[in-house]
Amino acid sequence: MCGIAGIIYKDGEHPIGTEMTRMLQSMKHRGPDSTGYALYGQPSNLVIMRYKLADANTPRDFEYEDRLRRHRAEVERRLHALGAKVHELEEETEYAFRVTLAYDGDLKKLADFVEDVPDAEVLSLGHSLEIVKDLGDAEQVASEYELATFTGTHAIGHVRMATESDVDISGAHPYWAYPFSDVAVVHNGQLTNYFQWKRRLERSGHRFQSECDSEIIAVYLAEKMSEGATLEDAMRDSLEELDGVFTYICVTKDALGVAKDEMAAKPLVLYEADDLVALASEEIAIRAVIDREIDTYDPYEGEVMVWQR
Amino acid sequence: MAALAGEHSISYDARGLAEPDAAVPKVSEISGTSAEFDAHDLSTRQINLELRWLIYEQGVTDVTVRNPGAKHSLGVGILSRCKITFDGSLGYFGCGIIDGPEVHVKGRVGWSACENMMSGVVVIDGNAGSLTGAAMRGGDLVVKGRVGARSGIDQKGGTIIVLGSAGSMNGFMMQRGRQIICGDVGHGLGDSMYDGTIYVGGKVRSLGIDCVPGEWTDADTEFVERKFRIYGLGGPPQLQKFVCGKKLYNYDNLEPSERKLVL
Repeated sequence: MCGIAGIIYKDGEHPIGTEMTRMLQSMKHRGPDSTGYALYGQPSNLVIMRYKLADANTPRDFEYEDRLRRHRAEVERRLHALGAKVHELEEETEYAFRVTLAYDGDLKKLADFVEDVPDAEVLSLGHSLEIVKDLGDAEQVASEYELATFTGTHAIGHVRMATESDVDISGAHPYWAYPFSDVAVVHNGQLTNYFQWKRRLERSGHRFQSECDSEIIAVYLAEKMSEGATLEDAMRDSLEELDGVFTYICVTKDALGVAKDEMAAKPLVLYEADDLVALASEEIAIRAVIDREIDTYDPYEGEVMVWQR
Repeated sequence: MAALAGEHSISYDARGLAEPDAAVPKVSEISGTSAEFDAHDLSTRQINLELRWLIYEQGVTDVTVRNPGAKHSLGVGILSRCKITFDGSLGYFGCGIIDGPEVHVKGRVGWSACENMMSGVVVIDGNAGSLTGAAMRGGDLVVKGRVGARSGIDQKGGTIIVLGSAGSMNGFMMQRGRQIICGDVGHGLGDSMYDGTIYVGGKVRSLGIDCVPGEWTDADTEFVERKFRIYGLGGPPQLQKFVCGKKLYNYDNLEPSERKLVL
């Protein structure tokens, strides 16, 4: 079933870590397998990279800790070799890390080089995007990654009921549009032309981090934008070219957009005020952050809406 | 803006479902046959238990639920004549499988409102999500805002009135009953409908398979005007009528209940 949510403020920073946690926790019944966040803080000159070297399912064999240590050292060595200066490195869990870097080189090269380390997966990369995802419900993930302190301008989130791929962090949403920085997507539904698009995008030089159909949407949109399309145009094209039932939310460093396919089989409820837009698979998630009577509505089938900051 | 959790007090069982506490909260202020309670701190189950307790055991016939908070599945399975007012919005499956009550929702409703409604009246001041009145069998459902896709899917009776517009596949596989949509409708209106009538005031993006324009009669005028009069909706707009073309499905056998009537 899965549940998606998004919130974007038109003014200033807000406690979006706490707010997205409330939204996702209220939709916990839609997907108990994993929870993920794409959070946008204030844009920074530094590059923010989140990566993991294992996940909660990785067997804790006798070599596990040594392997983690070795791989972590190798990631740091490679960052150094590329000329990236590590500003800060935080250990979020024993296997997930957040690193801020002074780096003005090619971000794809950086991501490729890090991902080449065994078990390494770059979860997000950009100047304001931070993706946090793990197994468990929103309260568990938020507490593990200390999201209560995260302030920012916009965020999307996802609670996952795994249908198309495994229950692990790689299969969890949101998806970063590798290798395009600061673009992320959450999706509720299934794409039926997944393999066609995967092959097509792979032939264009893209690679995928997961077996999940939703990752296609992120890369598809980012590629269109890299060719000059606006987010809105790219999303409109996706309604024609991606087949299946889907409602997805896409975020960039300064915008949040939602698209719903022609079948309109995946729900979304939307609330727009002067200062913010909040949307989710269920209104109960919007109510979790707005404790007053509000006027909400469902976008129609084939609808694309984008809010710019 | 204050950021407060409306639902954070709900606890969940091992399957992630809302708490299984079956105790009636008994928090209502009862005055004769009327009652009122605040649902802000109650779970879905507690609200429904309180409603049943008031209606079935306390002889209350007029209940107001304050702060329903868009919780799901509120007011379901009420099988008695009574008045229920939700002073706010409902989540999905609100007022499902009801038989008898007159419900007023002073907000909006989520997906699948009034699914399998048997009789009674539901008036919604705001918008409604997709699948509104799915498989509805009787009664009147009035939405003063707009509705999402597939409203009245598999509708088997009753009337759905929408003052705004409707999404795609409205009346999909409709079997009986009527819909009056005052605004525009999306693609595939009445797709694969077996029977029933759909009136549309605005633009129709496309007709579904076997849905065809119908011939307007005096009975249609009388029906539409009567419904608008009952609910104080003013004068009805100019409407087009759509019915089943009867090309797609042919039946040789009657349902057992129909056979009994004929024989």
